[in-house]
Amino acid sequence: MNASSLAKAVIDGILTGGVYALMAAGLTLIFGVMDIINIAQGALIVLGAYMSYVLSVHLGIDLFLGLIITIPAFFVLGVFIEWAFMRRLRDQERTAMSILVTYAVAIIIEGILSVIFGADFVQLQASYINSSFHLLGFYLPYIYVFGFLLALVLLGVLYYILYRTHFGRGVRGSLQNRSAAELIGVNVNRVRALSVGIGVSVTAAGGMVFGATNSFNPSSGYDLISRLLSIVILGGLGSIGGALVAAVFMVTLEDVVAVVWSPVWATLVYYASLIVVLSFMPNGLFGRAAVRAQ
Amino acid sequence: MTRSRRQALVVMAVAAIAAFVAACGGSSSSSSSASSSSGSAGSSSSSSSNKSPITIGTSLSLSGDFASDGQNFQKGYTLWAADQNKAGGLMGHPVKLDIVSDASSPAQVVTNYQKLISSDHDQLVFGPFSTLLTVPASKVVNRFGYAFVEGAGGAPAAFGNGLKNIFDVSLPVVDNLVPYAKWIASLPASERPKTAAYATSDDPFTQPQIPLAQKIMQAAGIKTVYNKVFPAEVTDYTPIATAVASSKAEAVVLGSVDVPTVSAFVHAFIQQHYNPKSFIATAGPDQGAPFVKAVGGNANAEAIMYPNGWYPGYANAQSQNMVNEYVAKYGGTAADVGADVAEAYSVGQAVAQAVAATHSLDNSKIIAYLHSGVTLNTVQGPVKFNSLGENGAAAAFVFQWQKGNQVQVLPVGASGSKAATYPKPNWGS
Repeated sequence: MNASSLAKAVIDGILTGGVYALMAAGLTLIFGVMDIINIAQGALIVLGAYMSYVLSVHLGIDLFLGLIITIPAFFVLGVFIEWAFMRRLRDQERTAMSILVTYAVAIIIEGILSVIFGADFVQLQASYINSSFHLLGFYLPYIYVFGFLLALVLLGVLYYILYRTHFGRGVRGSLQNRSAAELIGVNVNRVRALSVGIGVSVTAAGGMVFGATNSFNPSSGYDLISRLLSIVILGGLGSIGGALVAAVFMVTLEDVVAVVWSPVWATLVYYASLIVVLSFMPNGLFGRAAVRAQ
Repeated sequence: MTRSRRQALVVMAVAAIAAFVAACGGSSSSSSSASSSSGSAGSSSSSSSNKSPITIGTSLSLSGDFASDGQNFQKGYTLWAADQNKAGGLMGHPVKLDIVSDASSPAQVVTNYQKLISSDHDQLVFGPFSTLLTVPASKVVNRFGYAFVEGAGGAPAAFGNGLKNIFDVSLPVVDNLVPYAKWIASLPASERPKTAAYATSDDPFTQPQIPLAQKIMQAAGIKTVYNKVFPAEVTDYTPIATAVASSKAEAVVLGSVDVPTVSAFVHAFIQQHYNPKSFIATAGPDQGAPFVKAVGGNANAEAIMYPNGWYPGYANAQSQNMVNEYVAKYGGTAADVGADVAEAYSVGQAVAQAVAATHSLDNSKIIAYLHSGVTLNTVQGPVKFNSLGENGAAAAFVFQWQKGNQVQVLPVGASGSKAATYPKPNWGS
């Protein structure tokens, strides 16, 4: 191991962390707005990957261009999921029951994808997926760079919507006190539906980048969910910026350990870092109280 | 009807339909196998179709990490059952498969075999996919005294438990890479790789294969420049693949268990402009067309090697017949037939020959027969079990992707072996 390998691991970690942040953004947003732990996030990511696959293979639409179709489609899907599965959860048991309900959603999505696509692994293909450019002695894959930039843009848009718009104020108001928000005219059900729609629509982009950087089949989502949950917990539940910081931190740490020490220990360190940080910062890097007050 | 009541009903209806669809995708095998069995029973001899069916239970990974392999196993078992029924079934009784899904879980596979034997009262059982699942399954099946013939549990871990009921019809995996390592070592010094990288999953199937190959190659003067084990649960292979690329090893030996692992390394190597002279992966390339699709086409698959005991072009009449039947039933081409299909089909053949020889479904007699040193014929070639239950007659071959086809290249001089492409051409060329 030399300094060059270490630097490369850091670069890989930052770029891959951006991709994970994109995948985790919807998860943290939905929890922040509704106190719902969306176990279906992994399945939704895989669904997003398959939608990009269909558009790319059968209609010849570029992966990034295809987001113009998949993001709105996922927004509608998110609104439907909120209406069909989340809205009727009672406030007292919302978080606990949401695990069961969204797990059912994950199984449904996996089952439908299995019927349509079978179990064979596929991967999204485009000219820029295997291409890279040379910078400061390192080859940087275009797809990871594009994925990272996409994450910055979409997370920035999310942040703007939540903290700089009237709708965002409604979202945060309904978070802090549902009754008070309703008294001042906020349609809480509508806000929640739109919030889940937005969270799921971002997942379409995460799914595309996931599918472009990994082989996947309908069952691939389960491998992701524990990592994504760790990211949003470390970042602070509900924090968009926290998800980005946590994803970059955890994935970079994991990559560095894999290169410097051993890949066997990398996974352990990934989760150990979560425990260590929570020991000192129980609310995560950007704790919930701070998130809701922003 | 109130609005909320209507909404609840709609939700329940959607959930019911979706659950049905999920069931079709996840564990529909019972119904599909039943229909295939009944279909084949219809084409069997009239004497067998009038008799009660013999039910054979198996647990397969129809979802989860091994879903692709598990579904190929399902196809292999189904093809065998159809052929067996056409030939009159077992002792004149039609064969019926009782397949349940284990979701690739070592815990679920134990529950499944308990159910198949003690609750479903299946007369015989076939093995699951992978050593990881075969090991726990073999223990529970042994408790019931059943013969446990399997096709994908060839790692040492499956044979180190003192069980007398386990039989693997495929190649013992520990020697898988030996032909490759010996071939690399035999190359002229000027052509031989000077350095090698070894990266392997900690899976019991693949990890035992690496040390022996490394030992042979090191003895030939090939320096190890990277040697790491990675956990089977890895979801991001980038740092490992990049580290291998940074080592600039001229030969790469990858201990992989599936397509995504190999695909991730291939993509990372291309992105890093790293092209080793030789690249072999223990599993993944044997999956046929799905592998080629995942790595981005034939040009990227070119010259990638893998060890195995079977490939679609295997010059064996039974094998060719099975391949033709597969294509007729499931579509595609011969290249789409994964080795899993042949491994599963061979399990059925071995059990059928044991039942025919003993004229019995008594598992203790079947176990004794399989341990008797008899040589059985399967689509993978001859099968002869040693005292541990390993197939001592299996030959290790190495195959290579050449212009979109899987070609047997090692051992050099073996029947059917063609010249290996070496060094590996640049990616995409």
